Amino acid sequence: MAISKTPHLSWSARTVVGVPYLWLLLCFMLPFLIVLKISVSEMETVVFKDLITWTDGVLQLQLKLSNYLFITQDDLYFRTYLASLKYAAVTTALCLLIGYPFAYFMARASKAVQPGLLMMVMLPFWTSFLLRVYAWKGLLSEGGWVAQVLDALHVDQVLIALALIPGPGQYMNTPFSLVIGMVYTYLPFMILPLYANLSKMDMRLLEAASDLGATAWVAFWKVTVPLSRGGIVAGSMLVFIPCVGEFVIPELLGGPQTLMIGRVLWDEFFANNDWPMASSVAVVMILLILVPLALFNKAQSDAQEARR
Amino acid sequence: MSRAPKPILPAYQRRGQWLARAWLTAGFAFLYLPILALVVYSFNNSPLPTVWGGFTLQWFSKLAHDTEIIDGLWLSLKIAFCNATAAVLLGTLAAWALVKFKRFGGRTLMVGMVNAPLVMPEVIIGLSLLLMLVSMQRWLGFPERGMLTIWMGHLLVGMAYATVVIQARLQDLNPQLEEAAQDLGARPLQVFFLVTLPMIAQSLMSAWLLTFTLSLDDVVLAAFLSGPGSTTLPMVIFSRARLGLDPSVNAVATVVIGVVALAVVGGSYALARAERRRAQETAQAARA
Amino acid sequence: MSTSDQAEAYLRIDRLIKDFGSQDGSTYRAVDNISLDIRQGEIFALLGPSGCGKTSLLRMLGGFDLPSSGRIMLGGQDLAQLAPYQRPINMMFQSYALFPHLSVWDNIAFGLRREGLPKAEVATRVEAMLKLVQLGKFAQRKPHQLSGGQQQRVALARSLAKQPKLLLLDEPLGALDKKLREETQIELVNIVESVGVTCVMVTHDQEEAMAMASRIGIMSEGRILQVGTPREIYETPATRFVADFIGNVNLMDGTLAVDEPDHVEIDCADVRHYVGHGITGHEGMPVTVALRPEKIRISSKPPVLEAGDPPAPINQVKGRIKDMVYFGSDTLYHLKLASGAILKVTQSNTERHPDDNLSWEDEAYAWWSPSAHVVLTQ
Repeated sequence: MAISKTPHLSWSARTVVGVPYLWLLLCFMLPFLIVLKISVSEMETVVFKDLITWTDGVLQLQLKLSNYLFITQDDLYFRTYLASLKYAAVTTALCLLIGYPFAYFMARASKAVQPGLLMMVMLPFWTSFLLRVYAWKGLLSEGGWVAQVLDALHVDQVLIALALIPGPGQYMNTPFSLVIGMVYTYLPFMILPLYANLSKMDMRLLEAASDLGATAWVAFWKVTVPLSRGGIVAGSMLVFIPCVGEFVIPELLGGPQTLMIGRVLWDEFFANNDWPMASSVAVVMILLILVPLALFNKAQSDAQEARR
Repeated sequence: MSRAPKPILPAYQRRGQWLARAWLTAGFAFLYLPILALVVYSFNNSPLPTVWGGFTLQWFSKLAHDTEIIDGLWLSLKIAFCNATAAVLLGTLAAWALVKFKRFGGRTLMVGMVNAPLVMPEVIIGLSLLLMLVSMQRWLGFPERGMLTIWMGHLLVGMAYATVVIQARLQDLNPQLEEAAQDLGARPLQVFFLVTLPMIAQSLMSAWLLTFTLSLDDVVLAAFLSGPGSTTLPMVIFSRARLGLDPSVNAVATVVIGVVALAVVGGSYALARAERRRAQETAQAARA
Repeated sequence: MSTSDQAEAYLRIDRLIKDFGSQDGSTYRAVDNISLDIRQGEIFALLGPSGCGKTSLLRMLGGFDLPSSGRIMLGGQDLAQLAPYQRPINMMFQSYALFPHLSVWDNIAFGLRREGLPKAEVATRVEAMLKLVQLGKFAQRKPHQLSGGQQQRVALARSLAKQPKLLLLDEPLGALDKKLREETQIELVNIVESVGVTCVMVTHDQEEAMAMASRIGIMSEGRILQVGTPREIYETPATRFVADFIGNVNLMDGTLAVDEPDHVEIDCADVRHYVGHGITGHEGMPVTVALRPEKIRISSKPPVLEAGDPPAPINQVKGRIKDMVYFGSDTLYHLKLASGAILKVTQSNTERHPDDNLSWEDEAYAWWSPSAHVVLTQ
């Protein structure tokens, strides 16, 4: 545990680094490699045929790429991937739209009130998300509170026009219920990093802006928003990436219209028992989120740089 | 403690305040509405879950005899406890490695691996871990899918969260404190236990609670990684919720919400009081 | 103190070098081949601007950084490669670094407990320290319950508790406001001297160094430019940098016109200097004359020459007052000379209502004695 660069302590340093590193390699890296391998394997019942065989002095490599071809060619997979990205993007955008002002107003509230506000945001976060998603089932079913309010306000007509629900009063198992469920679940994940970022902002910067002639509106867009960029990226990635592969919420609140890739993976695995197919689906999903993932990583390390 | 007189604000700031209050209220209403609905309907005396039929405690008494739920709860608690403890241990090591050692081979990879589980869709983590475990089982004969494998999956995600929380605190620590301890004769291990650990204790607690809660709440990883006879509470709830609205789930929800609310509110209050006392003492000392 | 003690406490820094490598492969030399002898019982200040390497040097003494090469000899033992907890050296940190979760008593006892001393002895020594810094009543308080000055005293007590052979002070007064600083300076020196410990301190504040140290080492860019008592450094600076760094000074470049064993004369742009002692050099050599503002007298009337003074206009100038700053106890004049150069003159305000009331744009004469200059060749 060398604190200074004293060379005579490096063996303990190696343990400190080594143990978590080994664990991560074992449980994170290795499984991914295995997924990769299985996605190109031929599967006989539950046994995988070896990729590399040595027969008659000839090294043979068998890669079954048919799964990948199937994914790219089959309309269903393509549309499902697209739908997942679409829903994730919409959820992220709505979370940002609702969450940014929320975090902003929280950060600007009086110092005495802020801890209480933070606690009130954290409380739903600590409560089981499964239960809260289930609650929306109740709220949007026929006779549920929200369903009744929406009926009374004739919002259902608007939603039908937007093709978000199939008919009047049918709010459940629609794109509408899915998006509400996702936004609801992921909103704290957007608010918390934004709040952390905004609450640390130096208010004197805004005073300086005001002194130099900027109105509150201008100061907001020219000073506050650029400075909170790190929080925006972090929050957006914390919402977008998990949303792409969401399973529980589409399962409970979504319907036949809202097939997402998480469900496809699940079905391939549990229903069809087609492990190579499920693996291929997973690999393609990983490729899709690779760019946002890199963005998230960068945002995290930038935030750490800033702290030093 | 006297309050300073409220300043008279210009019109545009007053409008801003109104907007702030409105937005926050609406937001909190949105956040808490479902929770409220859950609790209210757990007392609903009616076969139809969305029609109110009067007040009753029947669902709670049924809950007490619901072996599926109770067994699931017990299993989940065990897993969550082991998970949280292991996650904090591993997370402390990882956080220490990342904060103290700025340059070592493979650091970027480690940073990536530590951060990725935070956002990676759980279906991917579940699938990949399961496939690895199956391979391990065929090669080494173990482990059997069950509590241990669920625990491994939770630990992977839990460690990521724990590392982030502890790393943040560790980074904020004044390095001169550890140098001072060394200067006064403490060897590196002593420095950690006598100085560093007390100072990061609160973040260790937060990390523990966070990973405990996440483990208790997870359904996807558990579904992938469980074996026969190891059904966690979220799995039970999920299978019931899939079928439709079920008042027993509401009852569980009310209990969970009650416990969590008590813990969060109590904890926040205690923290806030300690903070306030500390601020007072510091201000007093400065005046002295 | 016995002679053997004297030999042990003597700190010798031998050709110490510290290189820092950056990620692009270049190296930056923070400490450049420094050799220094510190005498037992003295308070030695390392003074220099930010980035001069003084903190790096201090950290190497404490063991928080390892030197790239060189030795640190204390009591005949080379400490350079030892860890901080293996050295008989203690440091008082700039931020005090008091352990926030421990009381004052426990903070001071921390180092003693690491030594494995019996409880009774730990208690006696902690009590003695508390008495030394007069914080007996605050023993059970936590650091956040103390004021800045009190925290500093705890930090001092903690670093003295183990009776180290060398005490390191890192910008000891940096965190205090001016009034507190003046009181603490004296107190700190008294405590250190009463304990008798040898002390090396690092500061960028001249006043702090001059007030507290028995000897000062001026550092710049990793090198030591001059070592001496405060008076030696101020009145006989060895280089332009030192002359300019300490206090206010007028630096005038010129050529050596007359080189005699008992006096030299130097031609500068505005004035010819008559220096009342000889220097090593030759005629025609470029030199710089350093003249401290308080050694110059200023008046609206031409100077009255005394017997033995060189004739006018040697050691005299006439100019126009471009700027004046009234500091209360003295006044600083900026006198603009014929060549456009500014001569800084300070005058003590010994009279409450002086007859000679100089003001902006006034013409004034400035003159000084032949012993007022320092001639610099570097």
